[in-house]
Amino acid sequence: MTQTLPTGSAVAIPSALEIRDLVVRYGRGRKARNATPAVDRVSLDIAPGETVGLVGESGSGKSTIGKAVLGLQPPTAGTVRLHGTDITQTSLKQRTKLAADLRVVFQDPYSSLNPARTIGQTLVEPLRLLGVGGAEAMQRARKALESVGLPADAADRFPSQFSGGQRQRIAIARALVCDPKVVVLDEPVSALDLSTQAQVLNLLADLRDRSDLAFLFIAHDLGVVRFLAQRVVVLYRGQVMESGPVDAVTLRPRHPYTVALTAAAPVPRPAEQAARRQAREALGVGTAGAASPAPTGCPFVPRCPLATDVCVAERPPLRLVAESLTACHHAEQVPAL
Amino acid sequence: MSVLPLDAADDVSTEPVPPTQRRRGLPAALRRPGPVLALGWLLLVVLLSFAAPLWRPYDVNDQDLAHRLAGPSGAHWLGTDPLGRDLLSRIFTAGAQPLLSAALTVAVAFGIGIPLALIAAERGRRIEQIISRTTEILLALPSTIILLAVIGVIGVKTYLVMAVLGVLISAAVYRVMLGVAQSVRQRLYIDAARVNGLGSLRVNVVHVLPAMATVIAVQAAQLFGIAILINAGLAFLGFGPSEPQPSWGTMIQDGSGHVYDAPWLLVPTGVVLALTVVAANVVADALAGRGPRQRSAARRSATSAPVRVVDGTPADPRNVLEVRGLTVSVDGGSALVSDVSFAVQPGRVLGLVGESGCGKTMTARSLLGLLPDGVSVSGGEILWQGRDLVGLSEKQANAVRGREIAMISQEPMVALDPMFSIAYQLIQPIRRFRDVGRGEAEEIAGRLLRQVGIVDADRVLKSYPHQLSGGMAQRVAIALALTGQPELLVADEPTTALDVTVQAEILSLLRALVRDTGLSVVIVSHDLGVVADICDDVVVMYAGQVVESGRTAPVLDDAAHPYTMALLGANPHVPDGEPMPTRLASIPGTVPAPGSWPTGCRFAGRCQFTQDRCTVPFPALPAHEDGSVLCVRVHEIHDAGVSWHAEPVGAETVVGVDHALSTGSTAASLPTQTSGVSS
Repeated sequence: MTQTLPTGSAVAIPSALEIRDLVVRYGRGRKARNATPAVDRVSLDIAPGETVGLVGESGSGKSTIGKAVLGLQPPTAGTVRLHGTDITQTSLKQRTKLAADLRVVFQDPYSSLNPARTIGQTLVEPLRLLGVGGAEAMQRARKALESVGLPADAADRFPSQFSGGQRQRIAIARALVCDPKVVVLDEPVSALDLSTQAQVLNLLADLRDRSDLAFLFIAHDLGVVRFLAQRVVVLYRGQVMESGPVDAVTLRPRHPYTVALTAAAPVPRPAEQAARRQAREALGVGTAGAASPAPTGCPFVPRCPLATDVCVAERPPLRLVAESLTACHHAEQVPAL
Repeated sequence: MSVLPLDAADDVSTEPVPPTQRRRGLPAALRRPGPVLALGWLLLVVLLSFAAPLWRPYDVNDQDLAHRLAGPSGAHWLGTDPLGRDLLSRIFTAGAQPLLSAALTVAVAFGIGIPLALIAAERGRRIEQIISRTTEILLALPSTIILLAVIGVIGVKTYLVMAVLGVLISAAVYRVMLGVAQSVRQRLYIDAARVNGLGSLRVNVVHVLPAMATVIAVQAAQLFGIAILINAGLAFLGFGPSEPQPSWGTMIQDGSGHVYDAPWLLVPTGVVLALTVVAANVVADALAGRGPRQRSAARRSATSAPVRVVDGTPADPRNVLEVRGLTVSVDGGSALVSDVSFAVQPGRVLGLVGESGCGKTMTARSLLGLLPDGVSVSGGEILWQGRDLVGLSEKQANAVRGREIAMISQEPMVALDPMFSIAYQLIQPIRRFRDVGRGEAEEIAGRLLRQVGIVDADRVLKSYPHQLSGGMAQRVAIALALTGQPELLVADEPTTALDVTVQAEILSLLRALVRDTGLSVVIVSHDLGVVADICDDVVVMYAGQVVESGRTAPVLDDAAHPYTMALLGANPHVPDGEPMPTRLASIPGTVPAPGSWPTGCRFAGRCQFTQDRCTVPFPALPAHEDGSVLCVRVHEIHDAGVSWHAEPVGAETVVGVDHALSTGSTAASLPTQTSGVSS
């Protein structure tokens, strides 16, 4: 996967985040070398102010990519650049300065806030490390809370006094408090109820529209990604299956896996859902976890209705089909699915 | 959401109380009579021992030879020893040394064990294994012999010996602390702190150690008791302070020599020593939350429930299950579910939907009599084939569970025991429920697995739960639920933990089972897409009551209740061909907690269409064929043709904007009087 994704006009300015041929293997030694990598030669770019969705099911490697970018999981190969600066091998210890530019919001709003510390203490922590004075840091923490729709005096309270949605707002405020350039959103709404999820998505959309923040938005729900992201990257077993503008990928998918993913998402309209269900059952996509794919070919082969010999023998390269990049030998036949 | 509910009591069940709240006064765990007495005793012993020179009635070596081996008297409250010395004075003069040296043992053990555990938890597998193997060697050494050897080399230096004991015990402390530290490090706030750039030492001191405080306190209290015993034991063997210096061990040894002629001599010292050790353990138990508990309230109510005589005739003879006015409450407390009614017909699927905290899981669990401790059905009827399930004894309920009504849960692994093969777990209930022999049961197990869409049934039968993927495990859990040939399956969020493609497969499987076997299903879900996919009927719940119900198609396509409208508007899966809205519909605030439900409409505080009259109680209106809707303004809203509107762009970043008050373009046509009620 040597080719880069089209970044359009953003080519001139350095990307906010640039990932090239990232490989991550878990474990050590021989065992790791023989295991299937969790992330396998993934490349993606995020322009300043852009939101890119990273979609896939469990085990697709989407969270691992987020961890590798943040320095929580050392990459095996490839590079990660933040505004042109290579941070691939920068250890967490050396990231103190970098920490201001690259922030994270985790999935679980319950375990991501220390229950023993006030919201103010939690928000001030990164600022103090950057050398911001106590009073000014607290001032900025209060402003960050207000920017996510919470009253400034929330800083004096403990996490247990807030609901799940409010905690996720606090986690977002913690990410924003030091004016970052890139925020990794690791499934930020998956643990929330539907109405709360909508509030947090609206908040993220407001933040996206207001500033030149770049979001790497990791999610498993294509509908949520379509709401927030401009571009989307679809992962399966650590490899990019398809990537492109969000409407093209979600409405006119070119990869059989993306087709299966969009067809499986249920919609709350009974008649439409019945039709979608029939269409999905007619697709002939195999059961998840049926058999392990051959390491040489396409990882989706065991489930793919279009698979042929070439798919087993040769890993399909990402190529431009219609509007999006697709890793499928038979992408031209996919619309007929 | 922008207005912070100051008294929001939601999520009470999900979070432990932060330690800061415990710090005020005595920790809650210690505020029961047992621990208070124990703590009081320990304090008393410490005080009396260290202040002994100030208050003791006699010097330790004052001999009253006229009263040797005397019992308690006015002159000597606890009696005297063989040399006529006052026991009370001697016991507490001797106390300082065991207390101090036990504290030293604890300090040394924790001073070594905790840092090692923190390092091992942080540095990854290799370092952890090196440290763990080293401590295992330490654990393998016979500590008594080592202590005696140390005494042989350095002589009777109690504090040094007890410090060596601390080193030996540190290995055990390390093992306990490692497990705790590793689990604390899994929490996301540790990752968040690391992303902040916080150094390793500060991550440990600020974030990891405070989370370990309770375990450390428990271990310390327990260890303190053990160290006092060992200290006394050493003195008993003659490795303590030598005569005439008093010590608990030597005094007990003295007593044991006079068991026949002066049995009292053993009592005072023995009681003080035993009480001190027991007190340390009671405190440890209380901190760990292991103290004696009250008898389970659920069991109490189950045994005392009066026999109920109800009219068991269902309203519709086709109804296999009819729930009428069901109310579920915390025993002696507030209701969690109030006045819920619905019916299920054979071969149909009913969905219970709503946000978390709306009572849908409680409703589902009450169908099986599986409510948590301290929660019980306090009103209404659950008519199962004409029989009321409310108030059944545990034995009667067991006869229904599994055989007539079965359940699958969100986490399929919960239903499966990791220690046994799938075959074993299926064959046991098949033999019990169907009264067949082993061979036949095996055959049925294979057939069940094929029925739930498992192709290689033979391989799956031989495997263990951890070898299955999530989707496969849920299929096995469904097969397990089918072993008793139930007529009703209660499925609590059966696909929430699964990937979306696997969810679609499981829903197809459930639909096939309903079609082929005539099974009825009650499915709990928060996803209206799942409801649209599989349910024939739907019951929308909010704050413990039914707000809208009826056939799925009219309820979802033509929602009448504002809450249902809002849930539909919050769903980002827009119809094919429609553009994605710039903002989604959302509901401000949170679901009110049980006990703080308002009179009148419980949704009024968060609704876009609230008027003054919404605060007055009103009855449910018929809607959607057999269904109902609980909204006093339903006709006006319907006639005005409005729906729940999404919030304006930018609203979420403004503090204090109440979305219920902001007027959007769609709702402007409908007169609203939001001044009366607002969240």
